[in-house]
Amino acid sequence: MEALTSLIGGFGVLADPMNIVYMFVGITLGVLIGVLPGLGGANGVAILLPLTFSMTPVSAIIMLSSIYWGALFGGAITSILFNIPGEPWSVATTFDGHPMAQKGKAGEALTGAFTGSFIGAFFAVLLITFLAPVIAKFALQFGPAEFFAVYLLTFCAFVGMGREPAAKVIAAMMLGFALAAVGIDTVTGQLRMTFGSVELLRGFDFLVAVIGLFGVGEILLTMEEGLAFKGKSAAINLKVVVNTWKQLPKYWVGCLRSAIVGCWMGVTPGGATPASFMSYGLAKKFSKNGRNFGKGELEGVVMPEVAAHAAGTSALLPMLTLGIPGSPTAAVLLGGLLIWGLQPGPLLFVEQKDFVWGLIASIYLGNIAGLIVVLTTVPIFAAILRIPFSVIAPIILVICAVGAYTVHNAGLDIAVMLVFGVIGYLFKKLQYPLAPLVLALVLGDMAESSFRQAMLVSQGHLSIFWSNPLVGSIVTLALVMLIWPLVSMVLARFKAHGSKPAAAE
Amino acid sequence: MHSAIARTIRRGAAALAVAAAFSPLAAHAWEPTKTVEFIVPAGTGGGADQMARMIQGIVQKNNLMTQPLVVINKSGGAGAEGFLDVKGSNRNPHKIIISLSNLFTTPLATGVPFSWKDMTPVSMLALDEFVLWVNAKAPYDDVKGYLAALKAASGDQVFKMGGTGSKQEDQIITAAIEQKTGAKFIYVPYKGGGDVAAQLVGGHVTSSVNNPIEAVSQWRAGELKPLCVFDNQRLPYKEPIASGKSWADIPTCKEAGLDIEYLMLRGIFMPPGASKDQTDYFVDLFKRVRATPEWQEFMQKGAFNTTALTGPEYAAWLAKAEGTHKDLMEKAGFVAK
Repeated sequence: MEALTSLIGGFGVLADPMNIVYMFVGITLGVLIGVLPGLGGANGVAILLPLTFSMTPVSAIIMLSSIYWGALFGGAITSILFNIPGEPWSVATTFDGHPMAQKGKAGEALTGAFTGSFIGAFFAVLLITFLAPVIAKFALQFGPAEFFAVYLLTFCAFVGMGREPAAKVIAAMMLGFALAAVGIDTVTGQLRMTFGSVELLRGFDFLVAVIGLFGVGEILLTMEEGLAFKGKSAAINLKVVVNTWKQLPKYWVGCLRSAIVGCWMGVTPGGATPASFMSYGLAKKFSKNGRNFGKGELEGVVMPEVAAHAAGTSALLPMLTLGIPGSPTAAVLLGGLLIWGLQPGPLLFVEQKDFVWGLIASIYLGNIAGLIVVLTTVPIFAAILRIPFSVIAPIILVICAVGAYTVHNAGLDIAVMLVFGVIGYLFKKLQYPLAPLVLALVLGDMAESSFRQAMLVSQGHLSIFWSNPLVGSIVTLALVMLIWPLVSMVLARFKAHGSKPAAAE
Repeated sequence: MHSAIARTIRRGAAALAVAAAFSPLAAHAWEPTKTVEFIVPAGTGGGADQMARMIQGIVQKNNLMTQPLVVINKSGGAGAEGFLDVKGSNRNPHKIIISLSNLFTTPLATGVPFSWKDMTPVSMLALDEFVLWVNAKAPYDDVKGYLAALKAASGDQVFKMGGTGSKQEDQIITAAIEQKTGAKFIYVPYKGGGDVAAQLVGGHVTSSVNNPIEAVSQWRAGELKPLCVFDNQRLPYKEPIASGKSWADIPTCKEAGLDIEYLMLRGIFMPPGASKDQTDYFVDLFKRVRATPEWQEFMQKGAFNTTALTGPEYAAWLAKAEGTHKDLMEKAGFVAK
């Protein structure tokens, strides 16, 4: 109960009205940052970091972490409305969120996403409040082999049961791996596939690719199909919000699963992006409506958001207790801690009680404030859909271009984005799935470097992946997931043969 | 028209006069006339990025510049992207770059052509120290015991050195230890210093050469212990950190029997072709930054070596450091062919 007393002390720190003002300023800025593709949470926090130099550390972290919560909420908005993920972790939200918007259910999708985010964050902050020391110890057990096992699990959970032909999935994924390999190789320090070009040194940034593949690709498709948004008659009001909330309780098992996946990925630290993909993949597998995923299932919107927000929030835990950032934004916040003169690490919870518990209390309040801010703005965002396509499309295109440029301040990235736009269009036309490409692009280099680190440590023995119960069980689980479709197919055949001949498919 | 322009000029002049009267800046022969880009050839959150954003904050808080200073990360190709950008911005005085060791290591390791000679050196800000760390549970307490265990290890027990990046400072120090002792390490590259410290605490690697700031909290928590510092003199910071020991109590590696010295440059450069007035402006700016209490506190927290050089001494230091890196990397076989 010591945690509870400390938490109450933390809320006391928040009682300073200026801190509440900073919190709302942070949330609002964060939502905007989340909405604009390219200008990610990490960039937004980094840009504002020097501003906080003259604040007290508590006020500074409250404002900056609120930007982070805002960005986590805001990422979903453009994903659902325009199929443009504002943040990497909202890619999985587009899979069902955008189809829902096209069906005229944008309000429900947005409400579902925001509420999911809130649930995830709330679960994670409870975890931080009561289990911080235990969880921090768990993260220390993760070496290279364990990290690779987690990435493998993400891939297998996501890929094991796609509706698309396996060959197409593999082709898209391999393209993603190839693109992820461009640039510097972290293990050997050599340049790969840059062909002597300076512009290729930075590799293909995941965000630029995603803005092109989804955003520009979508605009090309819509242009072909008649210059109009589908589902522009979306009616948004309080009733929609309440009705969506009524549907949510029946997903409680999925929410719990997603929250656990999210917390786990945030703590270890795998990050919010793999968490959202893994959670979507798991939901697709275990949900009764799994077959309808990708066609506009509310569950498919809520699950990745729960996981992403749980991961984003719990990513603060390894940052505070171990000094390792669980996400790029957490890395920038970590830099902030050092600048404010605080030393993250095992002693922070002991020596800087006010700071730590003030921050934790601000996560509770910040997320409630965030939910209020985004829910009240749902009608405004959804109203964008009523603007004629011929007006909004050029604006979206400009925002996409600005976003692609912002990622690295590089003009060529705009061209890269356009090329990815055409690729995205062709993929849709040829019915290749985009998700495996994106997944490979975002996780490819991390998975590769942890695999090769593991191989260095074990001096080339694959047995390292079964060297302790933790890594062994994750790898085995991953492999089971990968071959599960085959197993279930065989089982189904067997059953069918046993009883009566199955109807032709 | 004429009168309008004249009025604007007069107003501008008046504003300048007011600004001059109130700002702490002395008169300079040249001053930035637009936003100055501060390039960081590394990702957000790393050591160089922290320092750059710290400087940006100090400049802003103390009103040291009339024009804004904006930090931009160009980390592609182990920092090559940032250096090439500065190299290619001939005579542009509104751009500065903060360097780390990749100024020397990246061109050698990747073959991307740039060197400090392609830029205008402005000022050395500080030098970052490297400390040999092991897990607090390790059976040895000094370098002698460490080296004995290192030489005795074989098979699965071969020492694993965790470090940041590949063919960069951490791996160069590792290679230098190998060359001095004849022992072999398995070098495991990680993304950042924080990861390395956590991996060392978790027992996934045997030792690390983290910068002080990257591992100090684990030292204070009794999870890691420092064996020696890769400098030619002990650190000056006498404030106790963990169990009564201070940075000043850590022996230099040389006195502990491992004759290796390595320091990482934190210095500022401008694009080629910058005039003397322009360099003087930034030399003076960074002198003011270094004089602020915020900077001094930052130096103490991170246990930096506060050597700061400018002009010919700085250039001489750079030439020597370049030679040392070339020598070490050639011996270790890290140079791209």
